Amino acid sequence: MTVWIIVLVASALSFATKYTGYLVPQRLLEHPTATRVANLLTVAMLSALVAVQSLSVGQAIELDARIPAVLVAAGLFALRAPFIVAVVVAGVVAAVLRLLGWAG
Amino acid sequence: MAFSESERVALRAGIAVGVAVSTYGFSFGALSVASGLDIWQTCVLSLILFSGGSQFAVVGVLASGGVAAGWTAIASSAFLGLRNGIYSIRMAPIVGTSPWLRPVAAQLTIDESTAVALNQEEVRSQRVGFWATGIAVYIGWNLTTLAGALVGNILGDVDGLGLDAVAAAAFLGLLWPRLKQLQAGVVAAASALLATILIPFAPAGVPVLAAAAVAVLIGLTNWFRRRESDAAVPQPDDESQPGEVPGLSKNGDAS
Repeated sequence: MTVWIIVLVASALSFATKYTGYLVPQRLLEHPTATRVANLLTVAMLSALVAVQSLSVGQAIELDARIPAVLVAAGLFALRAPFIVAVVVAGVVAAVLRLLGWAG
Repeated sequence: MAFSESERVALRAGIAVGVAVSTYGFSFGALSVASGLDIWQTCVLSLILFSGGSQFAVVGVLASGGVAAGWTAIASSAFLGLRNGIYSIRMAPIVGTSPWLRPVAAQLTIDESTAVALNQEEVRSQRVGFWATGIAVYIGWNLTTLAGALVGNILGDVDGLGLDAVAAAAFLGLLWPRLKQLQAGVVAAASALLATILIPFAPAGVPVLAAAAVAVLIGLTNWFRRRESDAAVPQPDDESQPGEVPGLSKNGDAS
């Protein structure tokens, strides 16, 4: 599998999901379970991605400069800082800690 | 073309949201090329896939697992995008009545366009809100994706400095506005825990996919719910507002 195939298959699935919604009957919305599962799937995927991106190197768990960086980002999000500010600050925190040799 | 007052409100909200969301696009573009995708692949994701969380998931999983994690990258992206299908069902009677415009409406059906549309009271204003937001976000998101990709390309290999932390913070930023209800918080905590436990045992990408089981379990049983009623789609005024942009109150009406 190449990166191009991954990009195109993921893109096709995204459009198919959206377009299908325009073709199915409205009464599907009367079942709140489907809506709830779809919304919770988003939360579950994003949260798992935060954990894996913060903690893993391949198949190992490594605690390094990402932890303080993500904690700083969390603080900024709690203060309602703009997305790009929190994200850039997280990158800078991790980079500086590594340059100083304080964290891997 | 003369707009009524409520239609102008919807139009302004849409444009404001489009501008605000564009900063996400820049982050995505830079992160994507730094993760090893080229500029074309990065731009195709924004042009065709066009759903922020799913795009970040594709590049995030590829960054840590490489093309070997291709199927898990695709599956993570697809699971993240299922909510767009629900938004589409909700938007169909409002903006999907013409078979010719339906594919365009489908492509623009995302958190932000749905939220702004459903925040309006009249159907005409809902239409204006949907199209204004969808078009503004589409243009802004794609232009800033390209800009971010070009800047990321110039910066070159920043891996090992702060890129991994940037990806983690980006996912946290997308998650943050969705954590206002107890049920979502429980799902988030359990998903993070399950994924972390699985890291040493499962191939790259699988810990993330496994977290889907948490959402399905709690979604089907409706454990930890706080309210009796479930809106078919989270209303913008609702606490679980989809696509709320941090730092921007209520769909950009702040202006």
